[in-house]
Amino acid sequence: MDAILTPPESEALLLSLRISCVAVFAALPLAFAAALLLARTRFPGKTLIDGLIHVPLVLPPVAIGFLLLTALGTRGALGGWLLHAFGIRFVFSWTGAALASAIITFPFQVRAIRLSLEAIDPGLQQAAQTLGATWWDRMLNITLPLALPGIAAGIVTAFAASLGEFGAIITFVSNIEGETRTLPLAIYTALQSPGGDAEAMRLSLLSIGLALVFMTLAELAQRRARA
Amino acid sequence: MSVEVFVRHDFPGFALDVAFALPKPGVTALFGASGAGKTTIVNAIAGTFRPQNGRIVVAGRTVLDTSAGIFVSPQQRRAGMVFQDARLFPHMSVRDNLLFGWRRAAVPADAAEIDRIVALLGLERLLERRPRMLSGGEKGRVALGRALLSSPEILLLDEPLAALDAQRRAEILPFLERLRDEAGLPMLYVSHALDEVARLADDIVVIKDGRSVLSGSVFDVVTGLELPALAGAPPVGAVIAATVALPRDDGLTALAFDGGTLLVSELGTPAGARLRVRIRAEEIMLALEEPRGISANNVLACRVIALAEAGPQADVQLTCGATRLVARITRASARRLELAAGKPVFAIVKSVTVDAPSRACDWP
Repeated sequence: MDAILTPPESEALLLSLRISCVAVFAALPLAFAAALLLARTRFPGKTLIDGLIHVPLVLPPVAIGFLLLTALGTRGALGGWLLHAFGIRFVFSWTGAALASAIITFPFQVRAIRLSLEAIDPGLQQAAQTLGATWWDRMLNITLPLALPGIAAGIVTAFAASLGEFGAIITFVSNIEGETRTLPLAIYTALQSPGGDAEAMRLSLLSIGLALVFMTLAELAQRRARA
Repeated sequence: MSVEVFVRHDFPGFALDVAFALPKPGVTALFGASGAGKTTIVNAIAGTFRPQNGRIVVAGRTVLDTSAGIFVSPQQRRAGMVFQDARLFPHMSVRDNLLFGWRRAAVPADAAEIDRIVALLGLERLLERRPRMLSGGEKGRVALGRALLSSPEILLLDEPLAALDAQRRAEILPFLERLRDEAGLPMLYVSHALDEVARLADDIVVIKDGRSVLSGSVFDVVTGLELPALAGAPPVGAVIAATVALPRDDGLTALAFDGGTLLVSELGTPAGARLRVRIRAEEIMLALEEPRGISANNVLACRVIALAEAGPQADVQLTCGATRLVARITRASARRLELAAGKPVFAIVKSVTVDAPSRACDWP
């Protein structure tokens, strides 16, 4: 890899992949639970929850980054408490970048999983129940396997979206080489430095390649979900 | 193995209030028009519907008693449910579908039972297939096998044939008959098709507008004159339990029943076999004198029990020995013949439907 990319560049690539991985898989259980709640239950305030989950889709990422900074900055109420009580610090750290990515890409996951859950015949639950399957049993052996294509689609779409996240990350955790400088931030940094156009182009082409890979995977997963 | 059901529930604009019992193993039909509340009753027995008031006892175990605060969850009730739309698990093979309930049964049937049921339902060649590769009739059979293998204490069949065309129905009905004759389970069979009910059921509970309005043995209920008004279905001429008599050499088979003998086309069934015979009410003509020089093979000496006029039609209830028949004739004919209770008549049976051999026990 070093033949094509300089060490800082491959570092940005690996960091991007790591942040996206953590963001997507940490959010997955929560996204599944949210999708389950929206697909299977009716409760007062459901529209509000649905709206809240989808807010990151319509809000400017920079605004989300700013809100996160306000809440989780070391002088923010929540951030200060986390730091003092547990020694957890999100700002200026790659975990903060992962958190921002997770929030931004959460709606993608919820939507894909919810669609696949809603496509499952509710009668199957009843059938499984009369055959002796408890809630967890049904979840594990009926719901989860049947929602798998949707879960896969959600993961891939969220991963692809996460790789491109810029505004929320740079606002919340800044642009620190080796810590929070993901591919988009590296492209931005290259553009800021004189003679960095070639590097920016290389990184952009790399981003396009990655995006293509993930969009293909997402398409395959969607197609399986429909089949 | 008795089953007692009492369910009362108020829905907006509809009240369900039924009580009935299944006294013995065998098939009890819940018969009634769509929307009468049949499926809700079945769901209450399975536990997937929780009524406001109710008491349900299956095989000596109280699974629901709202006054005592008893509610056994559906997964602990062990009611074998067969749904109209089969509801097979699409991501599992037929084998895994069949074994789903078996693996979860508190006391699973021994492995030989699996082979027996697979053979009974003719599923040997389908075991590795996915449900979407099955025909409607095959799906129904797998659903039946899956329910049976869960070691149920009662089998609930919610219109298992309603979604199928006549050919697929004909494919499953014999299996249901074998089940009735071999499984030794109480079976509740929901249907709005009187011919299915007349063919399969031992007893009938008629449901109308959320109430159980009529119940009794199939032989009595389907030949009752109340049925047309209650169920909106024409009466069945007769359901007769018959025994194959000694062979004849004229290409016919004689079937003996309590009241006489019926001649039908040769069946190839050994003498002594028990059969169920159905006659449609429209297939019975009445004569005041014994007809001579007539092509019909079956002329039965009967006596009129009762008469009910329905528009231009008249249903005439007859008794032939201990067997009841209903003839549907025109009102004009009934008046011309001056039919009245007690009058002796001859029933000319134009055609007879013979159903598959049945179990050799407890006919009334």
